[in-house]
Amino acid sequence: MAKLKHDIKPSEITPEADFMNRRTLLQSALAAGLLPALASPLRAANLPLSGDLENVSKWPNSLSEAPNSFEDITTYNNFYEFGTGKGDPARNAHTLKPRPWSVEVTGEADKLGTYTLEDILAPHALEERIYRFRCVEAWSMIVPWVGFPLGDLLSRFEPNSQAKYVQFFTLNDRDQMPGLRSPVLRWPYREGLTIAEAMHPLTLATVGVYGKVLPNQNGAPLRLVVPWKYGYKSIKSIVRIHFTDRQPSTSWNMAAANEYGFYSNVNPNVDHPRWSQAMERRLGGGLFSPRINTLMFNGYTDEVADLYRGLDLVRNH
Amino acid sequence: MASISSGTTDRRSKVAQARVTLAKTAVFAASSIPLVWLFWQGLGLGGASLGANPVETVLHSLGTTALNLLLITLAVTPLRRLTGMNWLVRLRRMLGLFCFFYLSLHFLTYALLDLQLAWGELLVDIALRPYITVGMLAWLAMIPLAITSTQKMQRRLGRNWIKLHRLIYPIAILGVVHFFWQAKADLFEPLLYAGMLSALLAFRVYEWIGKTRRRGKPAATAASQIS
Repeated sequence: MAKLKHDIKPSEITPEADFMNRRTLLQSALAAGLLPALASPLRAANLPLSGDLENVSKWPNSLSEAPNSFEDITTYNNFYEFGTGKGDPARNAHTLKPRPWSVEVTGEADKLGTYTLEDILAPHALEERIYRFRCVEAWSMIVPWVGFPLGDLLSRFEPNSQAKYVQFFTLNDRDQMPGLRSPVLRWPYREGLTIAEAMHPLTLATVGVYGKVLPNQNGAPLRLVVPWKYGYKSIKSIVRIHFTDRQPSTSWNMAAANEYGFYSNVNPNVDHPRWSQAMERRLGGGLFSPRINTLMFNGYTDEVADLYRGLDLVRNH
Repeated sequence: MASISSGTTDRRSKVAQARVTLAKTAVFAASSIPLVWLFWQGLGLGGASLGANPVETVLHSLGTTALNLLLITLAVTPLRRLTGMNWLVRLRRMLGLFCFFYLSLHFLTYALLDLQLAWGELLVDIALRPYITVGMLAWLAMIPLAITSTQKMQRRLGRNWIKLHRLIYPIAILGVVHFFWQAKADLFEPLLYAGMLSALLAFRVYEWIGKTRRRGKPAATAASQIS
């Protein structure tokens, strides 16, 4: 297994142009109060198999809305590797073995190799961040995730100037994932982001929810949360990170390109071909709660709109 | 069934009547179970619940039940022919009406709980979302069938009643298409329903070809009757 340095300055590892971009981003994020935890001395080194996470700081920009219940968040899931029903993952994901776990890093970066989960997590301080979570199926939740900025992790792999995109892969093991037997999607499940999206301070490498270690059905032990994109972009149970110079393939785009674009930003003005995205059902309100309006970029316009300046968001949906 | 007054046929028809009454009671009870179960879950009895997305649970349950009942209704005639149990036809009206009942509840759930009577949204959905359009058409087409389901209407309409009630075939096709069009990636269930419906429709085609052959007519001239 490869070993990673645990404390490197971003300036050591990134081409200057990218670094400057990122710096501006980080600076604006700092100015916006998004990144106070950068200087935090807390360490996540030992991720327990289950139960409470320790040393979790509170992110000051969390939503003030009450989160959905732990039960809603952990029993209503799309994780087709364990079945296509919403209740299937909670029922079937006990067969997933989230330890020992390793992540393979390939492509346009200098520190390639296979890293243990412990190595991946060691230097990062954990934060609780309460985000909106909007599924492409027009339902949504409020979720208190626990994680750290993905960009901090990716920097440690020293991506080179050809790393324009990052692709992620979910575990593809039939013994652990009964749903892989049916060819509903192209396995392994894969997702992708532009490097700027991946480095964005809102993009969260996630290991927990509700202060606890992620349950298997929620993508243990390591998943993405990209709060301004539809839920399927927030790939679960990651085993490989691939830096690449061209737009990577993504499972849902491969399944139906006209319905699921590469960007998949939450956008009330661009309907899914078969249903409206203008409104959403916020779960947890019971049988009679009304639908609410869906927000552009899921309510994160101030933070992320700059990423898409000049991009036609209808064509690049 | 014609009855000549004699002791044995009286007894036989009484037994037959009892059998139908019993079967109808069973059909009524079985068809009510999905609705009772929804209330049970809705009230949270014995730890049951409608889950994190109760509107979706209710919507899907009602829709699936309507489709199940539609296929069961369409299975009555083939079953009759294959088993010779002609009395089965006397269960068909109740099955069809239960199907319409669940389909109407399915629509009401969509309009009242899902859209909350946002009429603008409803019209946009009907115009732009093919699966909604198709489902809506199926429900509308079923209304005249439900209205004319009584024995009185059946007698009054005579031969036209049979023609009118052939609407059930396109309704069933619309129902399965509706199911198909909203599936995201997992087509197993929609395909299963499409397969079952195809088998039920194939039976009609097979029977119709046999009938036209016996009449000595070339099949082509009667083609307009079945469509």
